[in-house]
Amino acid sequence: MTSAVDTDLQAGFDATIAAGDRIEPRDWMPEGYRRTLVRQIAQHAHSEIIGMQPEGNWITRAPSLRRKAILLAKVQDEAGHGLYLYSACETLGVSREDLTRQLIAGAQKYSSIFNYPALSYADVGTIGWLVDGAAICNQVPLCRTSYGPYGRSMIRICKEESFHQRQGFELLATMMRGTDEQRAMVQESVDRFWKPALMMFGPPDSQSSNTEQSMAWGIKRHTNDELRERFIEMTAPQAAALGVTLPDNDLDWDEFWTVVKGGGPCSAQRIAHRKRAYDDGAWVREAAMAFAQSEVDGLAQRVSRDQEADR
Amino acid sequence: MTDHDLDPDHDSAYAGLLVDDAHWAFGEAAHDDPLEGMDLTVPDGVDAGLLAAYCLMLGDDALVLSHRLSEWCSHAPDLEEDIALANIALDLIGQARLLLNRAAAADPGVVPALPEGSPVPAEDALAFFREDAEFRNVRMAEVPNGDFAETMTRVLLMSTWRLALLERLTGSRDPVLAAVAAKGLKEVAYHRDFAARWFVTLARGTDESRRRLLVALEGLWPLWPELLATHPVERELAAAGVGVDPFDLTAEVDRVLDEVLTAADVERPDLPPLAGVRGRTGRDGLHTEALSRLLAEMQVVARAHPRGRW
Amino acid sequence: MTSSEWPLYEVFVRSKRGLNHVHVGSLHAPDDAMALRHARDVYTRRSEGVSIWVVRSDAITASSPDEKDPMFAPSGDKVYRHPTFYEIPDDVPHM
Repeated sequence: MTSAVDTDLQAGFDATIAAGDRIEPRDWMPEGYRRTLVRQIAQHAHSEIIGMQPEGNWITRAPSLRRKAILLAKVQDEAGHGLYLYSACETLGVSREDLTRQLIAGAQKYSSIFNYPALSYADVGTIGWLVDGAAICNQVPLCRTSYGPYGRSMIRICKEESFHQRQGFELLATMMRGTDEQRAMVQESVDRFWKPALMMFGPPDSQSSNTEQSMAWGIKRHTNDELRERFIEMTAPQAAALGVTLPDNDLDWDEFWTVVKGGGPCSAQRIAHRKRAYDDGAWVREAAMAFAQSEVDGLAQRVSRDQEADR
Repeated sequence: MTDHDLDPDHDSAYAGLLVDDAHWAFGEAAHDDPLEGMDLTVPDGVDAGLLAAYCLMLGDDALVLSHRLSEWCSHAPDLEEDIALANIALDLIGQARLLLNRAAAADPGVVPALPEGSPVPAEDALAFFREDAEFRNVRMAEVPNGDFAETMTRVLLMSTWRLALLERLTGSRDPVLAAVAAKGLKEVAYHRDFAARWFVTLARGTDESRRRLLVALEGLWPLWPELLATHPVERELAAAGVGVDPFDLTAEVDRVLDEVLTAADVERPDLPPLAGVRGRTGRDGLHTEALSRLLAEMQVVARAHPRGRW
Repeated sequence: MTSSEWPLYEVFVRSKRGLNHVHVGSLHAPDDAMALRHARDVYTRRSEGVSIWVVRSDAITASSPDEKDPMFAPSGDKVYRHPTFYEIPDDVPHM
């Protein structure tokens, strides 16, 4: 059923998108647009938060104090990115707590790359170089995405991500100038991460169900295959500069779907970790709310006492 | 119009926040050479070995506590707290780097020997190639993490002590220590403020949070006197106008803690100090069982690659 | 499960004297004092001398006549949809 009012609203929305303008939180939007945005932004936010784990795993073992500081700051940035993105999602009427519960319940996804283990310190570099590099290819176009709060979050995130990629590359380049063992570590890490990183762009266009509508809405601006090709082109000369060999680009999409559906080597571990932090923190969050309330109550009592005294 | 009026960043909220881009990305703790440009001459009449030992004490406190705080990363009660704890850990890593570098510059003899041609810098040789008995931190820094109440209590106690110490250390005759103290002062003031606020919140939040907080305080209290006990190194350097005798901090830290405890409506525990072994404690290199495990984890990659470049 | 989610705050930062406070984002905090601390940690990396304002999102009254959604009164309404407004759909596997 479509009323004249609905048609007007739809026309207004379409005109905004067509003009390349941003949709803002108080604008009317089609239900499908909102649902797609919530799903995409939440998935992106969850990826940042779950993505803290593989690298966070190495903070306490970082082999130099400078690297320890860089890694801790980087993982901290990821918490910040998750926070900005959850905030963008909250402008659509979903709370962070709801989204976290959906993540823990397995009802919302995150990037499959984080379901692979980080097994050596070289992985810290490889994740920065390839995983953050792939993320940047995906994310830079999103700075111009049609939903205002999402685009604004992405501008700041992309700025920080470019440092993440550079620090990853710099760590690998430094290790390549080190010992034979270090060079072997770097190559082994690149061998493990190359194909999962290419899969970060999503299934081939022929298998991607949501691409067309998302592009029409200006939520997504390039197809999966376009972005993947661009990334491969960008990365080849960087690999040559490092002196590592990239594996071939034949991707096993059965493996991809297995990992997406929760069958990755670390899938259960990542969710359990997030759930533990959320559950273990409940008493702290409750205590802070109770304290804030008692301060408000205490103030109210003092005010009424003062008024009593004035009378 | 001047160029300034045309500044395209005029409306950017971040325009004035950036020292430089790398600062934004990694913070101050990631400098290549933390003591760059400083005069590292040991002041007249000061024993370089003692100065190095003193810097290791303060540097190891920061390094070991930062390790425990960094263990919270991705485990904190909420994202905002995760970020706050990481900030504190980063500040402490930065302080540790300055102090370990100062120790190495004052007396290269404290730096463990590495294979010929190893590119490992002195600060990392000190952090990653010393045995637990060579660490000089107080034991409170190293005990394993408990819950969030335990961590907030520990940060409150250690930062209350450290802030009082750094305030006095800004007047050190060693200009490097004085500069390090001046920089750390603002950071540690923030740590103390943050932890005190949480201490009061948890004490007066729910029955559960109060119960946990009291358990945490009782667990840590026996480790508190060690911070105020004077080690011979501290006594000598205080006499030389370079260091601080922690015993002299007693009145001030008591006053601060009493203020927080009163706001939290919590009694000061009446518990004896944790014993050492024949009088030896953390400052003497006599630690809890936890430190050797902590170092096993912290040092594992560095030690596997003594000629490695990172 | 009961909710103990902290309220949402909007954060405004003036990075140097002579500039306006600019909205930089939002965060959660149990109360105003904690919101300020969180804002320093999250949005300014604790740079010195930065002026920060925080305000609870539900304390802001908004008017934007060109944003037409029947969900909102044209003026004098909330900035955002209320968190319980929207039922989250279960996701389908998708990248």
